[in-house]
Amino acid sequence: MAFESFAELLAMGGHGAYVWSAYGVALGILIWNIYMPLRVRRQFLRQQARLARRGGEMQ
Amino acid sequence: MWKWLHKLGSPPWFYRISGRWLPWLAVASAALLLVGIGWGLLIAPPDYQQGHTVRIMYIHVPAAILAQSAYLMLAGAGLVVLVWPVRLADLFAEACAPVGASMTVLALATGSIWGKPTWGTYWEWDARLTSVLILLFLYIGVIALRAAIREAEAAARACAILAVVGVVNIPIIKYSVEWWNTLHQPASFRVTEKPTMPAEMWLPLLPCVLGLYLFFFTVVLMRTRNNVLRRDRRKSWAQNEIHRLNASGETEHGV
Repeated sequence: MAFESFAELLAMGGHGAYVWSAYGVALGILIWNIYMPLRVRRQFLRQQARLARRGGEMQ
Repeated sequence: MWKWLHKLGSPPWFYRISGRWLPWLAVASAALLLVGIGWGLLIAPPDYQQGHTVRIMYIHVPAAILAQSAYLMLAGAGLVVLVWPVRLADLFAEACAPVGASMTVLALATGSIWGKPTWGTYWEWDARLTSVLILLFLYIGVIALRAAIREAEAAARACAILAVVGVVNIPIIKYSVEWWNTLHQPASFRVTEKPTMPAEMWLPLLPCVLGLYLFFFTVVLMRTRNNVLRRDRRKSWAQNEIHRLNASGETEHGV
């Protein structure tokens, strides 16, 4: 372990704001990457279900 | 080999196989990232000059590697689109661009945050930083071009051409730190030499880089699968799959 206590880990030798904001941005971007395809898929399936009910986009 | 490639280019086969890989890729990626980031943040030693800010490296370096790798994959897919009509290549390229752009944003943002305590500035118009910013503009250009052209075939070709031409920026990024005097340090890793960093510092980078690669493939696969289903929505295999997914109530659960 590079740190003696949790407080030291948070402080990162006085550079906590830089280190943790970098990891915060990373977490946000990873979550965005997981969320977007799930949302597109859900919207697409709903739209297709609506079309099927109306008998719209069928073969 | 050719038979296998032909099968891989077939959307229903790709859709089925990728659905089987996806959970494993996701789990492996999460495990590697947790190990790598945990190791980098908690266990790896601080740098003798930079102190703990060096820990930003464990996300900055993998993001910068992925930003460039994703572009090479985008351009590779573009080349396939131009010379060899494989539908799947364009659906993959469409998925690659936004994920690659997000990795470029991550590399720029973490680099900028790292720059402040290390160089005393968030941004400098230096060759490395500027060429990576151009990489982001290339991604945005490819995404915007696709959105601007309604006809799918024309959009595919236009995006492919832009992606292939933009490859010229990749060696510029790589050699920018050698050709020009940059604030950004030159590479610490070379194929022919030992790293200029102690092993306990660079070892955590391995699971971080590998984990982010697998993460990239996980989310690009998710997007490509969406694209395949959308493009084939009038075909019977896709109709069956859409019907099956809707009947299983997946849309209600938000997955």
